[in-house]
Amino acid sequence: MDKAFIQRRRRDLVVAACLAAIAAAVPMFVKDVYVQNIMVLTLLYGALSQSWNILSGYCGQISLGHALYFGLGAYTTAILFTKFGVLPWFGMLSGGVLSAIIAMALGYPCFRLGGHYFVIATIVIAEITLLLFHNWDWAGAALGIDIPVRRDSWVTFQFTRSKLPYFYFALGLACVAWFVTWWLEDSKWGYWWRAVKDNPVAAESLGVDVFNSKMGAAAVSAFLVAIGGSFYAQFVSYIDPESVMGFQFSLLMALPAVLGGIGTLWGPLLGAVILIPLTELTRSFIGGSGRGIDLIVYGGLIIAISLARPQGLVSLFSRKPKPAANPVREAVAS
Amino acid sequence: MTAETIIQSLASGLLMGLLYGLIAVGLALVFGLMDVVNFAHGEFLMIAMYATFFLFAFFALDPILAAPLVAAALFVFGAVVYLLVVRFAVRAKANTGMVQIFSTFGLAVLMRGVAQYFFTPDYRSIPHSWLGGKTISIAGIYLPQPQLIGGLIAIAAFAGLYFFIHRTDFGRALEATREDAGAVALVGIDKNKVFALGWGLGAALVGLAGAVMAIFFYVFPDVGASFATIAYVTVALGGFGSVFGAFAGGIIVGLVEAITTLILPPSLKTVGIYSVYLLVVFVRPRGLFGSI
Repeated sequence: MDKAFIQRRRRDLVVAACLAAIAAAVPMFVKDVYVQNIMVLTLLYGALSQSWNILSGYCGQISLGHALYFGLGAYTTAILFTKFGVLPWFGMLSGGVLSAIIAMALGYPCFRLGGHYFVIATIVIAEITLLLFHNWDWAGAALGIDIPVRRDSWVTFQFTRSKLPYFYFALGLACVAWFVTWWLEDSKWGYWWRAVKDNPVAAESLGVDVFNSKMGAAAVSAFLVAIGGSFYAQFVSYIDPESVMGFQFSLLMALPAVLGGIGTLWGPLLGAVILIPLTELTRSFIGGSGRGIDLIVYGGLIIAISLARPQGLVSLFSRKPKPAANPVREAVAS
Repeated sequence: MTAETIIQSLASGLLMGLLYGLIAVGLALVFGLMDVVNFAHGEFLMIAMYATFFLFAFFALDPILAAPLVAAALFVFGAVVYLLVVRFAVRAKANTGMVQIFSTFGLAVLMRGVAQYFFTPDYRSIPHSWLGGKTISIAGIYLPQPQLIGGLIAIAAFAGLYFFIHRTDFGRALEATREDAGAVALVGIDKNKVFALGWGLGAALVGLAGAVMAIFFYVFPDVGASFATIAYVTVALGGFGSVFGAFAGGIIVGLVEAITTLILPPSLKTVGIYSVYLLVVFVRPRGLFGSI
């Protein structure tokens, strides 16, 4: 094993631990509830994007339907709690497992599809589920589910007076998502995924189980996203189909990774740290006029970054130019 | 449910399907030409509908008369979008597919924002056009006139497109570039010019559809979103890049939608379209008319 590589991985781990420690200390100095709210959302979307990145970035199967798993996580927790009195922690776990199973069940037919056919299938499946939830009376239909607030406690994972517990949970989730990515990056799976992304045919011929490695990536990715969905349901304590399963969530999961650097370890978190506060601030300072300036800023930014930095902002931090990911193809192209 | 209602809804479904085909064909054309999916396609439709609305509001120009003007305006718009955004997106050195998706998606968000800023989020409609709200009875079947004329325009546009691709020099250049952009450059055809014209043509077709849609549909900044998803499904059903696949795909989508509304509550009408898409691609992963 390459020594520089092991060193880099160790350095990543140390940097992550330091960043997590700093993040954990931030609420001691920042008491403003509005700012804390933005921090929770930033960490949540960082974690979601990190999970999305496992399937779409590392394994190259671009999903624009991950809102499905986010919504399933939120709904499983909310339904189990309101209808059967099951504590959110168990709901969270059930939502995650359910989403992972559904991701594999959907992957079975979908992973045969290539390119745009796959992307559109993910959008369409999420839309169908959204419409079904809209018409499913038992699950609250279009009105959604109001999660009754009992009292502030870690047992029911409800806090009305302070946002801090949510902040620490979101921080934990972001750390877990980051660590899972870090760990998988240097595992058999991580290498398989990158091989599948670069060239599935060549990977298959070298003995990579292409189909099952896609299934594995989908399951891990869906599980983590569903945990994020459950958390979101507790955080906002009211869910309806549009607010947890709408197409915008699929995009909000993808965008941080794309802006930060898709298929990279740090890209999703970096993207979320830039994108989410920017979104929230433009929305509250200039979007309040209801005239769409926030959309203009947001859209312009997406175009500018994707054109100017196609490899993502994380590339700004790499000290020396990386060797070409695919030397042969680049040599032919130039 | 009588046979009459079934025939009635199938007939309107067919007409709507022709319009869906017209909306989608620009997408298929651009995809076939350069493997790029325009995620702002719905917003192109939205702009065309607003253009029709304002031509009516300010100059009292009927949407049917405005259609050629709107198509011409969209042609210029499409070419400009290619030259300003897409040209750079396809040149990206890394993650080319991603960059294409997200640069055109960013454009969609930007266009929606601009529409909200200048036109406000209000729903607008064209109150008294020549065709609006009128129906015609053919052999006992009532057909809404806007959709009927729209369907005829769609058929004419497809016929024109067929003639254009097979009989004109530019059409041949388009086909040649689609097959091998590198070889085309060697014989001295400017690839960029062909791409820009392709984008213009694609946008002009959706402009035509927008002018017709504005007669019977509300115009608002987010109107493109729902039609865009249907357009992607239409194009994928036909097989990505196949222009006449998009035509057939549109008709299928229109009919499926009509049948779904007969069986399921109206709020579920797109579920039928989406399910048919999944069924088709699970059996034929490259769409109905795509080559395997």
